[in-house]
Parts: sequence; structure tokens; C-alpha cells
Amino acid sequence: MDFVKNTLAVFPALLQAVPVVVQLALGAMAIALVLGLLVALARISSIKILRGIATVYLEVIRGTPLLVQLVYIFFVLPSIGVSIDPVPAGILGLGLNYAAYLSEVFRSAILSVEHGQTEAALSLGYTPSKTLWKVVIPQSFVVSMGPIGNYFIAMIKDTALTSVIAVTEILKTANILNSQTFQTTAIYTAAAILYLIISLPLSRVVVVLERKARASG
Amino acid sequence: MADETIIDVRDVHKTFVSDTRPTLWQRLTGKPHVQKRVEVLKGVDLVVHRGETIAILGSSGSGKSTLLRCVNKLETIDAGRIYVNGHLIGYEERDGELIAEKASVTAQKRTDIGFVFQHFNLFLNKTALGNVMAPLRDVKKLSAAEAREIAVPNLEMVGLGDKMDNYPSKLSGGQKQRVAIARALAMEPSVMLFDEPTSALDPELVGEVLAVIKKIAQQGTTMVIVTHEMQFARDIADRIVVMDQGVIVEEGPPSRIFTAPQHPKTRALLSRSGILPA
Ligand SMILES: Nc1ncnc2c1ncn2[C@@H]1O[C@H](COP(=O)(O)OP(=O)(O)OP(=O)(O)O)[C@@H](O)[C@H]1O
Ligand SMILES: [Mg+2]
Repeated sequence: MDFVKNTLAVFPALLQAVPVVVQLALGAMAIALVLGLLVALARISSIKILRGIATVYLEVIRGTPLLVQLVYIFFVLPSIGVSIDPVPAGILGLGLNYAAYLSEVFRSAILSVEHGQTEAALSLGYTPSKTLWKVVIPQSFVVSMGPIGNYFIAMIKDTALTSVIAVTEILKTANILNSQTFQTTAIYTAAAILYLIISLPLSRVVVVLERKARASG
Repeated sequence: MADETIIDVRDVHKTFVSDTRPTLWQRLTGKPHVQKRVEVLKGVDLVVHRGETIAILGSSGSGKSTLLRCVNKLETIDAGRIYVNGHLIGYEERDGELIAEKASVTAQKRTDIGFVFQHFNLFLNKTALGNVMAPLRDVKKLSAAEAREIAVPNLEMVGLGDKMDNYPSKLSGGQKQRVAIARALAMEPSVMLFDEPTSALDPELVGEVLAVIKKIAQQGTTMVIVTHEMQFARDIADRIVVMDQGVIVEEGPPSRIFTAPQHPKTRALLSRSGILPA
């Protein structure tokens, strides 16, 4: 029973890292939602340059590992005079990365809103842009709810990657503990369980959100 | 004025050009790509007066929907002019020249034209009440209280006072169409356009929607209705318009059209629907 006792003993230290994880996840998600929507709109816009920029952004982000992007922001940008602290750098890196994936969620959700509703809005006197913002985008949010939730959970797990850019989140905290006490099994088991404790309830929430979205649609 | 003109369609032409992008095979072989062009409206003239109910009949593909959609610029005409309440649709006229108007101006003109679609096209993320309130708030900029004050009686008028909080997924087809009618009416347009409002409904739900349309007609609303419901057209229309292959072939009061049709296409249409002996 030593193993269980040792594992439980690690939790208080690891819990210290949870506020940082929350900060990373919420901050990055805010960036990803706003930027993701903008990229999605750029991708379906009739302006060629906007479409081009958005496509390049998407390909660069999806074609390189998140770990490399984080390292780039934290270690390479200072060489051109842009130094960012670990936590903001982590928020920025995660946010820019997930924006690309969320933009695809938004884009397909926007395109999935039936044309009939767009025509109804136009026929009622909505301008094209008002139709987009008042009719199409609100509905695409409903459709996107589930996928956004799933990406949010994935992002929480990806916060572990920011340990390489000196963010003292759960994994980094575990690493530090391990170098002090060498209770490797107990420490990393506790870390894994902590991620589970965070993500399992969120998964349930996502399932409920998806069911709600389907019911109103 | 008894014969004030609400809709004035003058020599309207509309051609649909199908996708013009050549296929890969056509590019590889250098074969010329033949654009498919269909002339759907070939010079249509139609005048609708205030308070009139017009029914447009015609076989499938004759251009009825296209004509209706041109009137509120869901389709853009190639030639001719359409005036609604004296306003030219889609263009501004300056020194006798037509200049395409801004989208916001088109939107403004559309608030004066109610349109009811075959497939209802309700906003799926809004309740029945939400659907009727939305354009009042978003387009007419009314407060929630003001919008509700207008929306509720309109929903009651179409018999849905007890279904106001239902989402479209919890409404029958007939109920959805009645919400769509209430939504359009609540904007207080000068004219209501109906494009086959009962064609997508199960037969047992057709009656409730036709009853609502009849009620609106009897209140003196100006309306144009495209329909395949011959008896209904005969019952409520002041004038029947028969279209065939992009032109109006015949128009007149139902009493004459249904008993003494002049044009062979009208006769064919009526005998196909069992109104005239074949
Ligand atoms: N967006 C479009 N692109 C190309 N062709 C079109 C388009 N819309 C309609 N058409 C064609 O125009 C013709 C007239 O169509 P329209 O929908 O106006 O007929 P309709 O009289 O309303 O027929 P129905 O009774 O079947 O509704 C048809 O041949 C149709 O295929
Ligand atoms: Mg039609």
C-alpha cells in the first residue's frame, strides 16, 4: 500500500500547478476562438488575398508540430528582439495552434447552415453581413459546440508541452519533484491521474453540450 | 386609391448560366467548353394592385419561382425592370441610367416584401416566437418588449399562440409554415409573396396553412401566390396568371380562366388537374 500512499502524497504539490494550467487553457482558448473565427471567415471570403493569407497560416500551423511552434516562440523570437515570458508564450503558442484547427471547425459549421435560412434572412431585410453575424454564425456556434469542447480537452493535455519552455505546469512540477525525491512511479502516476481528473468531467460536459445542440437543431 | 400599383414587372428577362468552369478533361483535350444557358424568363410583364390576390399557375419549370424570387432580388434580372411600391428593385436610376444599388439598399427594400418559402426556412436555433421577433429586433431595431408586442398577436393570428416557445424541430410542417407566415407578416410588408407554401407538406397539413393564407387575403393583404392547389387559387384569387416556358400565356379572373380558358397551355394545365375534362 506504500505505492498508493506515496502517490496520494504527491498530489498537494501537483495541485499547485493547476492554476497555471487553467490560465494557459483559458487564455489560449480565448485566442483560438477569436482567431479561429477570423481565419474561417477569411477562408470563405470573396477577397483573394484574405483567402491566401488564411490558407498559408493553416498549412504552416498544421504542417509543423506544436512542440516546435512553442520552442520557436520562446527560444527563437528573442533573437529578433521579441522576448515573451513562459506563460504568455505558452498561451500564445497554444492559441495560435488551436486557432488553425478551430477555424476548420467554424468553416465547416458555417457552410453547414442551410442556404434556406440565409435566404430567409435576406428576404426579411437582413443585409448580407447582418445575415452572417446574426443568423449564420450563431448557428454555426451551436454546431461547433461539441468539437470546440473536444479541442478544449485536447488543449488541456497539450499544456504539458509548455514544460519545455519553462512553464511550471503539472508535468514540469512533476519533473522537479522527481529530481528531488526520485519517486518516479508515484509522481508520474499522480500526474497522469490529475490530468484524468480534469478531463473526464469535461468530456461529460461535452457530451451533454452535443446532445443539447442536436436537440435545438 | 383603388388601383394603386404595388408590383410592376416590366419586360423581365432572366437567364441561368450553369457553372462555367471547364472540367479537367476539357482543359486537357482543349475541347471548347459549352456553357449551359437556360432562359427562364423571356419577357414577363405583370402588374399587382394594392389589395389584390394573384395566383400564379404553371407547369413545373415554367419560371414561377424565378419570377417571384426576382421581385425581392433573391435572383438578379438580366433585363427589364421591377418596381415595388414605386421603388426600382436592384438598381438606382440616375439620369436614365441604371446603377447597381448597395446591398444595404436592397435589404431596406426587401423589408417591404414578405416572402414565404416552400421549405419554411425557419431559423432552427430560435423558437417560434424567436423567429418572429428576430427580424423585428435585428432589422427594425425594436426593443425586445416592442418586438414581442408585435410578434405575439401575429403568432396568435396564425393559430400558434400555444406553440410560441417550441423550436422548429418540435413543430409540424404546417406549424412551421404558419410561423414563417407570421414572421413575414410581422414586418408589415406592402406585399406577401408565397412560393408553393403547401407543396412540402403532408396532405393532411395543407388545409391549416391554406386557411391562414385565405384569412390574410381576406384582411386585404396584397399577395402573389404560386401554387399547384387549383381549387384554392380559384377560391381566393382575384386574378389568375398562367405561366409557361418563361412567359405569361394568359391572365384573368378565376371565373373565366377556370371555365373558359383561352390558351392551349391553360387548358392542358386545367385538364391535367381534373378541372376541365381531358
Ligand atoms: N439557380 C439555378 N440555376 C440554373 N437553373 C435554374 C436555377 N433555378 C432554376 N433554374 C431553372 O429554371 C427553370 C425554371 O425554374 P423555376 O424554379 O422558376 O420553375 P417553377 O415554375 O417554379 O417550377 P416548379 O413548379 O417545379 O417549382 C427550370 O428549368 C430550372 O431548372
Ligand atoms: Mg417553383
